Amino acid sequence: MSAVHSPAAVPVASPPGYLHTIARRLQHDYLTLFFIAVLVLTVLAACCAPLLTHYDPFATGLLGRLKPPGWQGHLLGTDDLGRDMFTRLLYGARMSLVMGVMPVALALAIGGTLGLLAGFYGGAVNMAIMRTMDVFYAFPSVLLAVAISGMIGGGMTSGLTALTLVFIPSLCRIAETATAQVRALDFVEAAQATGASSLSVIVAHVLGNVLPAVFVFASSLISVSVLLAAGLSFLGLGVQPPTPDWGQMLAGLRQAIYLQPLVCALPGLAICIVSFSFNMVSDGLRHAMDIRA
Amino acid sequence: MSDIDRSGTANRSTLLAGNAAADPRDRGGLRQPLLIANGLRKHFAVRGGLFGRTLAHVHAVDGVSFSIAKGETLGVVGESGCGKSTLARLLMRLIEPDAGELIFDGDAVSERTGLTLRELRKNVQMVFQDSAASLNPRMTVAESIAYGMRVHGATRVAATERAQALLEQVGLRAALFAGRYPHELSGGQKQRVNIARALALNPRLLILDESVSALDKSVEAQVLKLLRALKAGLNLTYLFISHDLHVVRYVSDRVAVMYLGEIVEIGPADDVYRNPGHPYTRALFGCQLDTDPRRRIADAPLAGDPPNPVDPPRGCRFHPRCPYAEAVCEARAPSPGEPHAWPLHAVACHMHDRASGHTRAGNPPAGTPQAFRVAGDENEAPRPQEILR
Repeated sequence: MSAVHSPAAVPVASPPGYLHTIARRLQHDYLTLFFIAVLVLTVLAACCAPLLTHYDPFATGLLGRLKPPGWQGHLLGTDDLGRDMFTRLLYGARMSLVMGVMPVALALAIGGTLGLLAGFYGGAVNMAIMRTMDVFYAFPSVLLAVAISGMIGGGMTSGLTALTLVFIPSLCRIAETATAQVRALDFVEAAQATGASSLSVIVAHVLGNVLPAVFVFASSLISVSVLLAAGLSFLGLGVQPPTPDWGQMLAGLRQAIYLQPLVCALPGLAICIVSFSFNMVSDGLRHAMDIRA
Repeated sequence: MSDIDRSGTANRSTLLAGNAAADPRDRGGLRQPLLIANGLRKHFAVRGGLFGRTLAHVHAVDGVSFSIAKGETLGVVGESGCGKSTLARLLMRLIEPDAGELIFDGDAVSERTGLTLRELRKNVQMVFQDSAASLNPRMTVAESIAYGMRVHGATRVAATERAQALLEQVGLRAALFAGRYPHELSGGQKQRVNIARALALNPRLLILDESVSALDKSVEAQVLKLLRALKAGLNLTYLFISHDLHVVRYVSDRVAVMYLGEIVEIGPADDVYRNPGHPYTRALFGCQLDTDPRRRIADAPLAGDPPNPVDPPRGCRFHPRCPYAEAVCEARAPSPGEPHAWPLHAVACHMHDRASGHTRAGNPPAGTPQAFRVAGDENEAPRPQEILR
């Protein structure tokens, strides 16, 4: 076979890289592309909120409380203090996206790295990291978040820190399990056998095989994070009123659900759409990352 | 241990290396064995209990010494769990030995004074048994092969170019295969890619750890042929680990037989196969099936399972299963002596040591193993119940 094709006849073309392959596969996944578009639009809307509405998110109007969508130019009606719902939803997206994505992203970076190290090195390193995680596991996550927020005071930063700490153990556990599985495969040993450093082996061979599993789990945490953040705000430990935040709006409008159900459901609908989009995108990403499918 | 050029080993290697051509990478000279393993030992801790206490040790490899001459193929055979794969990983230093030293082409492997691990791994490469698990599923074939070269400082273009040349060398069209992912290849093709990857760093010693065992017989023959061609073309030395006795005989110049983490017999392949000296080797070869229906195995040559390597038997490790075992076998392990003093065909058995005190000392069983029993007359058709027995 090799005798027929002389090496000189082979064109030297670098085969497409891993990221290239993923991008190419995503191009044909219209469902995922649609939900990516939804998320991008949400982010854009949050950023450009002042351009999309002329109302002030904090301006109250006692005469126009809990009005239905379309009332006197209020596109989506007004809330219990007469503030424009559309405006508050737009501004609320900022806080909700930050509270949804940031803790998960931070926890992914910290917990993922710890899990990777624990799974890759095993032994005493694993023992030290995973047993520490177990301590965090022992507390119910909401209780833990409340305790942390209570300890460092209210406000957005403390809410963010609390949520990050809540998510680290589970992400660490997932990363550790996935890494330990990959670690046992011969190709990791083969990579080490080339004389490569552990860091190079982890980056080139382990990471790509661990990330998909961790990614999917992390994206499902985003919706949890939005809701937990809402819960913290409700308890007065996260984002403080009157700052608009979907979770907090949902909690605040809860009492008016029988008077104006449509308006009260809007923040929940927004949370729903965003978290569903994140789930769909992560699913699509995982699918694209799974070269074998 | 500083005396590297041991006369005994050197004589042996010239005898066996024979036609190994001069290699620019050669440092120690033709007479210097490519690799000397000296008293390699690895005990794995068995942990358990609440705080992961060490409960016991698995004696995976226990004082293994041998040498591989330049250009030869050393076959390693033994039952599952006898420490063959651990030995392979010790030779690559993928696991740290508890004791013992490695001398590669006259240089001791040591971070401070001798050959560094990185250099060792450039010179010694390995092809694993599981062709699928030993390729990263998320890397193209070319990327997998190029990785090692990139680690050692090659540019992306140079590494890719060489990866494609290597693919051609192992009989895969680069234009067709370079951009493929492992799941798109057959088992034989994957193993060819693994071989190409192992060759990427231009190694001198290739450890083939059951590399063809998982392949179809026809594919296995092709890969063996490829390995033979590569060895001649690239001036390679092979350590061929397998449980397939026929294949080992076909490829090996010398054969080492392992039992419970020890080498019990080592010598020229034909010699060991025709006249196995150790009772274990005799029993092992007695287990081989013959294509001749008249030469069938009437009784299992080996009774029982290998003893638990956590608690290996005292004395000679084979004595509980050995038909010739005597008091001396239980009392002390047969000492093979210093490696350099070993004869060409060395056997770690009291029967081969005149001074051991064994009643058959100096008069070991010889010839073809008894298990090759002629079960029927030449004219008689084989009876099914005999085959089933």
